[in-house]
Amino acid sequence: MLESVAADTKLIIFELKGKEYAIPVHQVRSIEKMMHITRIPNIAPFVKGVINLRGVVTPIIDLRLRFGLDELEYSDRSRIIIITLNDMDVGLVVDAANDVVDVSEDVFEPSPEAAFGTEVDYINGVAKLEKRLLILVNLEKVFDREVLKNYVRSEG
Amino acid sequence: MPRGVRQMEMNQYLEVFIEESKEHLQACNEHLLELEKNPDNIQIVNEIFRSAHTLKGMSATMGYEDLASLTHQMENVLDAIRNHKIVFTPEILDVIFLAVDDLEAMIASIETGGDGKKNVESVVKKLAAIENGEAIFDETAKEEVAATAMLEEPATVSRYDEFETTVLKQSEEQGFFPYEINISLRQDCLLKAVRVFMVFEALESLGEVIKANPSVEELEEEKFENSFTITFISKETRDAVQACIMKVSEVDEVDVKPIVFSEQPALHQESISAEQNNALPESKQQELVESKQQQEENPSEEKGEMAAAAKHSSKTIRVNIERLDILMNLFEELVIDRGRLEQISQDLKDQELHETVERMSRTTGDLQNIILNMRMVPVETVFNRFPRMVRQLARDLNKKINLEIVGAETELDRTVIDEIGDPLVHLIRNALDHGVETPEIRRANNKEETGTVILRAYHSGNHVFIELEDDGAGINKKKVLQRALDKGIISKEAANSLTDSQIAELILASGFSTADKISDISGRGVGLDVVKSTIESLGGSITIESQEGKGSLFSIQLPLTLSIISVMLVEIQEEKYAIPLSSIIETAIVHKQDVLQGHNQTVIDFRGKVVPLLFLKDLFEVPVTKEEDEFYSVVIVRKGEKLAALVVDSFIGQQEVVLKSLGSYLSYAFAISGATILGDGQVALIVDCNALIK
Repeated sequence: MLESVAADTKLIIFELKGKEYAIPVHQVRSIEKMMHITRIPNIAPFVKGVINLRGVVTPIIDLRLRFGLDELEYSDRSRIIIITLNDMDVGLVVDAANDVVDVSEDVFEPSPEAAFGTEVDYINGVAKLEKRLLILVNLEKVFDREVLKNYVRSEG
Repeated sequence: MPRGVRQMEMNQYLEVFIEESKEHLQACNEHLLELEKNPDNIQIVNEIFRSAHTLKGMSATMGYEDLASLTHQMENVLDAIRNHKIVFTPEILDVIFLAVDDLEAMIASIETGGDGKKNVESVVKKLAAIENGEAIFDETAKEEVAATAMLEEPATVSRYDEFETTVLKQSEEQGFFPYEINISLRQDCLLKAVRVFMVFEALESLGEVIKANPSVEELEEEKFENSFTITFISKETRDAVQACIMKVSEVDEVDVKPIVFSEQPALHQESISAEQNNALPESKQQELVESKQQQEENPSEEKGEMAAAAKHSSKTIRVNIERLDILMNLFEELVIDRGRLEQISQDLKDQELHETVERMSRTTGDLQNIILNMRMVPVETVFNRFPRMVRQLARDLNKKINLEIVGAETELDRTVIDEIGDPLVHLIRNALDHGVETPEIRRANNKEETGTVILRAYHSGNHVFIELEDDGAGINKKKVLQRALDKGIISKEAANSLTDSQIAELILASGFSTADKISDISGRGVGLDVVKSTIESLGGSITIESQEGKGSLFSIQLPLTLSIISVMLVEIQEEKYAIPLSSIIETAIVHKQDVLQGHNQTVIDFRGKVVPLLFLKDLFEVPVTKEEDEFYSVVIVRKGEKLAALVVDSFIGQQEVVLKSLGSYLSYAFAISGATILGDGQVALIVDCNALIK
């Protein structure tokens, strides 16, 4: 379950509705401030649209909406985390991104099912770090195209 | 050039070698097919022989022995055919085709960094068997050669393997003298490797080193006594070569011996002149080609084209495709910046800036034309593999099929070319398998036994059309309709209102297959829907016309280029969208009073036609912030024959934009074919009109 996290990994920590989530730093390309997002019609609500990231048209999703949390108006603290996944660049809007930590693999535990419910597949596990609890996000599952397919309208 | 001598230089040549080998193999394929139709035309055999011969020489030079030995064997057979030692039969042709397949596989292996080795034993055996079918003639011929060689230079010739002999012979034919040079260094020579190097350097100024004994590596490592032998070709005389080497200090003795081969049998003349062609300057080469043309008794049209192609190719250079792609990418950046500059100059209203930007726009416009043109490739590169495929399929299916290719010189953007191959393969397979009937059925229906399949390409406006026409059974509309109903592809109500071509196009729907039995060729139920989606993803469309009993016509419409397109920018509330000009007929302002209410649909009367209104604002769920006014701004777009009027809020203007993909993650976006970056750095979506019109 945690193979992707090598012993002593650097993690990017971001905030979502007061909780701290983590993704491995090697998957992160850059962290951007909010910029103009061009809306894409008739697609899943969590897909906010596309941005011009230095000449590359990059899809952006709102992670709050993807995780089924309530929407928050973007502020100065909001960030877009650009990640590279299977050769495509995609971005996540998060409440704030402000920390990088080194952790060793042994602090990770599989996510307690009771806490997240069984159907949530985009959480890889949790890590206890002193008093903080980091939730490890599975980006492959977050950007699963099958999920997107369900929202798509096929007829005009 | 030979193995080991200049490993570094070899890599440089490798690319050229691969390219040229492919060309020769393609030529072989084409000529073999022609030969099948005119088995008595020795001229064609000569052409094939020439290609095989050149290929052999090249691969031997590059050190690909398997390749060389197979071509050699093939050449022997061809040689025997053209000298009437073997009677040409379709079976022989099959074996030669097999050999060409193997050669192609080897070249492909070399191209992907492999060693080009392949077990070709079975094909070689078959070829040898064919050759030995007339062993008496052959052997005597060989003995003759060997005998004459014995007389003149027994020791020398025997020391070279077949490939080296070929190289030497070829160079001799090109006016070089082959020499074998024995060089002895002084006993007290200290830096032997240095002297060797100097000798090589001196020789390379005069000609080319073919072989060294001991090998160059050994010589460099000083693994030799005091003397070594070099096989060398040069246009200089023996004395000049000797004098040149003697200038190197510490060289004790130089013995230059010319290598003499037996006279080539007269029948080799043809191939010799072909070889010379390669070495001659452009003008002479053309003359030769032309004179050959005249010599031919019946110079067919195709031959004329070949001569034209030869002339054409002499004025081109090879450029790596990657470089063209980089050029294109850089240019795309420039187009985006140009858009930005245009906007800035409009805002600033500075006359001088405006003029400069204007001029720059014109220049980049010209540049764009040239770059796009450079990326244009004739569809021939895709079409040329079909004759063989059709031949093979026709045999597998026991059908008689004549494939005609029209307009192979039509050019298309490289990106389109890369994608269009597979869909065409599908369509051709489909036409052969389901379209053209077996000879028995054709005879019963008063048709010629041989079915005709025409593959046609042509330009029309900003599009390229590729059509596949067959005179086969056509599409059984009842059967198709029934199948579509069974599979739930359409509803009963919808079925009644379909036009003939709409019914025919149902075979492109996914999960559709009408073949009574599933065959290897096509009819797995996947395939034709893939064709449709591939073509649509290229911004094209496909239509089918079919007449039962008479045949079908599949027509593919493709854009000339994919990367930079002209669009009309429009505003819908606060959002900007781009509509490809290729879909637009015109723009219009319509008063609300002129809008008519049809059943479930608002329509307008556009030049006597009833055209449905599509409110993009609603279709794209655009957040409404602005008040509506008395008029609708509409863009009339079309898909084939059908029209639609897209209602927008305002027109911004026409612009050239760089088409960017939304990426694989968003490939399901409805009615959006891509995106582009505007002058202000924002992304605008490109509307896919084909998806909007049903």
